Amino acid sequence: MFNFSKNTFKHGVHPPEHKDDTCTMKIKQFPFAPVMIIPMAQHLGAPSQVVVKEGQEVSRGQLIAKANGYMSVPIHAPVSGVIKKIGLVHTLSGNRCEGIYLEAFPFSGQEVPAGHGVDWRTSNQDEILAGVQQAGIVGLGGAAFPTHVKLKVPDGKKCEVLMLNGIECEPYLTTDHRVMLEQSSDIFMGIRYLLRSTQAERVIIGIEANKLDAAEHLQNNIPEGLPVEVKVVPVKYPQGAEKMLIKSVLDREVPSGGLPIDVGVVVVNIATCAEIGRLLPYGHGIQERVVTITGPGVKKKGNYLIPIGTPLRFALEEVGVADNISEVYMGGPMMGMSVSNLDISITKGTSGIVVFTEGETKKQGKPMACIKCGACVQACPMSLNPSRMGILAKHEAYQEMLDQEHIMDCFECGSCAYVCPSNIPLVQYFRQSKSSIRKQKLKANAH
Amino acid sequence: MLTKTLRITTSPHLKKGMDTPTIMRHVVYALLPVAIFSVFVFGSCAFWVLATTVLSCLITEFLINQIAGNHNSLTDSSAIITGLLLGLTLPPIFPLWMAAVGGFIAIALGKMAFGGLGNNVFNPALVARAVLQAAFPVAITTWYPAMQADRFQSLPSSLFTTPFFQPVFDGVSGATPLSAFKFDQVVASANDLAFGFVSGSLGETSAFLILVGGIYLWYRGIINWRVPVGIIATVFLLSGALYLIDATTFAPPQFMVLSGGLMLGAVFMATDMVGSPMTNKGMWIYAVFIGLMVVVIRSWGGLPEGVMYAILLANAISPHIDRMVKDRVYGT
Ligand code: SF4
Ligand code: SF4
Repeated sequence: MFNFSKNTFKHGVHPPEHKDDTCTMKIKQFPFAPVMIIPMAQHLGAPSQVVVKEGQEVSRGQLIAKANGYMSVPIHAPVSGVIKKIGLVHTLSGNRCEGIYLEAFPFSGQEVPAGHGVDWRTSNQDEILAGVQQAGIVGLGGAAFPTHVKLKVPDGKKCEVLMLNGIECEPYLTTDHRVMLEQSSDIFMGIRYLLRSTQAERVIIGIEANKLDAAEHLQNNIPEGLPVEVKVVPVKYPQGAEKMLIKSVLDREVPSGGLPIDVGVVVVNIATCAEIGRLLPYGHGIQERVVTITGPGVKKKGNYLIPIGTPLRFALEEVGVADNISEVYMGGPMMGMSVSNLDISITKGTSGIVVFTEGETKKQGKPMACIKCGACVQACPMSLNPSRMGILAKHEAYQEMLDQEHIMDCFECGSCAYVCPSNIPLVQYFRQSKSSIRKQKLKANAH
Repeated sequence: MLTKTLRITTSPHLKKGMDTPTIMRHVVYALLPVAIFSVFVFGSCAFWVLATTVLSCLITEFLINQIAGNHNSLTDSSAIITGLLLGLTLPPIFPLWMAAVGGFIAIALGKMAFGGLGNNVFNPALVARAVLQAAFPVAITTWYPAMQADRFQSLPSSLFTTPFFQPVFDGVSGATPLSAFKFDQVVASANDLAFGFVSGSLGETSAFLILVGGIYLWYRGIINWRVPVGIIATVFLLSGALYLIDATTFAPPQFMVLSGGLMLGAVFMATDMVGSPMTNKGMWIYAVFIGLMVVVIRSWGGLPEGVMYAILLANAISPHIDRMVKDRVYGT
């Protein structure tokens, strides 16, 4: 019934999916933590700027931090309460940043007052982009890139296709799956805004074949006159990466170093689109997001609508974890980060929390010599040579990695390290190499 | 209250099943039937040759690790593979001290001198075999008939030759099928060749068991099927063409494929990850190159057997193949 495409990108891997645990579980509202911890650095770009004072009472949905420039978004109170403290808070990266401790009023009505809505029928491009920024929307797929920046089609470029990313290729995660099943009207409303702001001619929703129910549901509910096409592609990791998705669905390749718009495409995560459709008509800001909490160590696995700023510790206690948990990841197990400190919070970019127990994690074995098995070469979706790059990285031969091996095209998907039998921490090498190369470039430019 | 200390790992946090020691172990499993069958065909002497090469490989690797202060690399089983492969390329009555020297050379020169597993350019077993060929030309080309009646009761005395003395080879020394063809134009039956009841080196015996081992390794995702298929197809087609042109000088294609170390080389040696290219395209080039060289050396060279040199040459060009045939990077 919908467009099933056999097309896919080259290489890639098939990690075990583990999605069955949660993909049938309806999104449930999560309780409010007694104290919310809200970091200002929740997105790529400049951290937001606090506009409240200690001791001040705020109501749910109220602006508590404003955008700090174009590459930034505001933050809204996730709950009505009182600002206890403004100070440093822990973040996932291990660094600390400024943050707000918000003590929730027990039993307060959690109504969100409406702000200035944006009408999709009458507003122009700039008004919509401003509305998206004011709502504090960032990419909910995990990268947390400010969405209004992404939606801005540069002068001289044209957006032909608006691509909605419903791939969700990370194992264990099912948030996008649930959003597609439960929030289709929000999604189609979001599409109206996105179509107007990007001026795209058509919309394609890309979905992997393991979510046929979602594809079917969306297909059946396309409103009259919306140029939307649902396209189902074979399951493969990392198809959710923009470049892979565009290759699979449109058979176009984004040029090395370029952006999707260079091939006439703007890609938006499906949950982000739903959020736009949900918030913009009412001028609301984003206060919560859907998070999959799952993994062998979790007792009440599920998809939860969690207030942003909920401390991870509270979230885990609420769902219950096994005694022998050993690792906690924010995001999926392929690209997510492992957590060292439970005092961090759930932010706009948190798509999932995966908890592993002692028995379930294969201890990362000691790295051994590369046996040139070629498994990484046959796995890399960008067709790079991770084996050679790994050896070069060890010798800090960054120039060669840049000139001969296209290191900057590596987007750290982890497929190579996933298959490497010698446990070589390839992605870690590449992350370091890329940041060294960027630093060198900055230095060179400064001279 | 949650107070657990958590382990920090880097992404990806999932791992595909097999690690390097497991891979190596599976190769050993795949080689064992071939080794056991060679003992059945040639008797106890085959066991001693294999045991000697394996042991001397292990001991050499252990000693070099000790001296160089490396971590203990014996657990990865790769030395056992080298030992087995080397033993399988030797004649069943090969003096044991020479076999021990071979094991030493394989590890010391073929592997550790390059920096250990993964850094060696050439297949260590073949390096050793090439050195032995140069050092002991007589011993390494003295063959022994298969399926001797008393093969489990007595051991050929040449096995126990004292080092540096000229061995005296007892019993009949049978020609291998390849030399029989090369020098006397005698063609062995394909059936005998396939199931191993011919004289020759230990691992030349059963094409069938080698194939089973190869299919096992392919099934486990350890070897790339393009290599053995490419080699065998090239040898078959090329020698078939030559045979059609002149059936008196050139051997029939099925004979070319089944005789000598071709099957063992194609399935177990050319597929060695370290010495073969990394892309599928590269694998094809590498395989066709080996097939071509085998036919050329066997047909026009002075030696009956060419697999060893063909693979060593291909090992040498494999890094260059990788440099030249890369997959096109996405978006370029
Ligand atoms: S992490 Fe980089 S090098 Fe490794 S597979 Fe992904 S894109 Fe390729
Ligand atoms: S997968 Fe690991 S061992 Fe195999 S070639 Fe790549 S880096 Fe080397």
